Amino acid sequence: MTVEVELISGRTLDQGATVEEKLTDEYFKAVSYCELSEEDFKALGLSEGDRVKVKTEFGEVVVFAVLNKDLDRGMAFIPMGPYANMVIDPNTDGTGMPQFKGVKATVEKTDEKVLNVKELVEVI
Amino acid sequence: MAEELVNVICTFCGSVCDDVLFDVENYKGKKFCKLGSGKFSPKERIKSPMIDGKEVSYEEAIEKAAEILVNAKRPLLYGWASTVNEAIRLGVILTEKVGGIYDQCASVCHAPGTLALIEEGVPGGSLGEIKNRADMVVFWGSNPLEAHPRHPMRYSVRAKGLLIKDRKDRKVVVVDVRKTKSANMADLFIKIKPGYDYPIISALRAIIKGEESAVPSEVGGVKKELLKELADMMVNAKYGAVLYGLGVTQSRGRDRNIENAIKLIQLLNRKTRWIIWPMRGHYNVVGAGEVPAWEAGYTYAIDFSRGYPRFSPGEFSANEVLQRKDCDAALIIASDPVAHFPRASVAHLKKIPVIQIDPFPNMTTLVSNVVIPSAVAGIEAEGTAYRMDGIPFRVKKVVETEYWSDEQILEKMLEKVDQLMG
Repeated sequence: MTVEVELISGRTLDQGATVEEKLTDEYFKAVSYCELSEEDFKALGLSEGDRVKVKTEFGEVVVFAVLNKDLDRGMAFIPMGPYANMVIDPNTDGTGMPQFKGVKATVEKTDEKVLNVKELVEVI
Repeated sequence: MAEELVNVICTFCGSVCDDVLFDVENYKGKKFCKLGSGKFSPKERIKSPMIDGKEVSYEEAIEKAAEILVNAKRPLLYGWASTVNEAIRLGVILTEKVGGIYDQCASVCHAPGTLALIEEGVPGGSLGEIKNRADMVVFWGSNPLEAHPRHPMRYSVRAKGLLIKDRKDRKVVVVDVRKTKSANMADLFIKIKPGYDYPIISALRAIIKGEESAVPSEVGGVKKELLKELADMMVNAKYGAVLYGLGVTQSRGRDRNIENAIKLIQLLNRKTRWIIWPMRGHYNVVGAGEVPAWEAGYTYAIDFSRGYPRFSPGEFSANEVLQRKDCDAALIIASDPVAHFPRASVAHLKKIPVIQIDPFPNMTTLVSNVVIPSAVAGIEAEGTAYRMDGIPFRVKKVVETEYWSDEQILEKMLEKVDQLMG
């Protein structure tokens, strides 16, 4: 089972508060998840703590699934940082700015492990 | 030890709060938001300068860094948003000397607004004006409660000003693709479809110009009636402010979204008084653009390889350069591009010699050949930083340290580069 979403990344309070401690568990927890709407969360048969694989034409990443009842169906949110950046659109269209928001993605449940930030750098 | 609080200036976000207190002995802050508390708390540091993981002296690391920069054909010197103007100035001079590319964090943040500003100018104002005068504030694609937590209280929502005495004197609107924490503090929350900022702004312009018949019944997920309500509120405000965030600059349309928004503000200014301003992220990201603008005429994506500055974000911004594999070394200071750039850009950064100057170990440390730890500006080093509205502040040194400041490190590096280049 896979759902199609429009993926956005962005600042969160926890991401900001731990941004100068990137090699800690606190930062890892703050950035390694994907928020999904209630409908998509249910459609994928997810429970809190489950992992999902997010894929775009630019890459894929395994992150923890988090339910966000304020999200519309078909939207997904990953905090700004290394996990979102595995899958966002690097093209800048001549502006210098990659498209960090509004990237078409698919999400599926997975048993694969969420890599820590050191492992993530190695697979790039 | 008894608690002794000193007044400091917070060097985390662009709000640059100047009313916060810090207990130097116990390393604890007061009046800080969660982001500022994180900044002013003890945390793991890079212990020593390193070359290929081996601890060395500052002098040795700086000499090696100078060699890398001088031997590179076209080094990228990137970051700068979390350091002070005095260090940035040396960085611009260094980039010119080594014929490199200067780029800064706004490149992946608010730089599209700079492109819009080049086209249209900017009807702007200060945070003080917003606090004292704004009876309507629109947060568009910005989420201050998570990115600038004290901004609403100090300047834009609950702030008591000269003409605005109370929260009820001010209308607050949040426009976003999702219901953020900030949406909960708004009088009106307008949820839009991702990537539809541009047509919605165009629809507002049409309505305000008296051409609402051109607007379909729904634009970008927003009913025409709601757009008319927003347009009406904007026209009837005495002093309004659009405070936009990365929701506008990082999604489809990028610079064109801001250009269209500025045109909306220009139109409103024929009827009433409005300003538009970006919610800047790092505490001195404004300086990372202003200082090269004094020195070289441009704010980011500046190439010095021909001996004079050229500006072209489609060619010389860090992500374009890295994805084109068009730099053969990098100096990264006061930022962490390995964590914050797309993987296609990080892939090239992993292949070239990287020098990092930063107080804290981060993901860029993991790929750096030369690591030079620095003092934290605003805590262990002083200097000048621009608040998000371009007002300069003198940030303080309140803690003694063995670490060299960014300014000291760059001064020495310039000296070494001069020696090597003869």
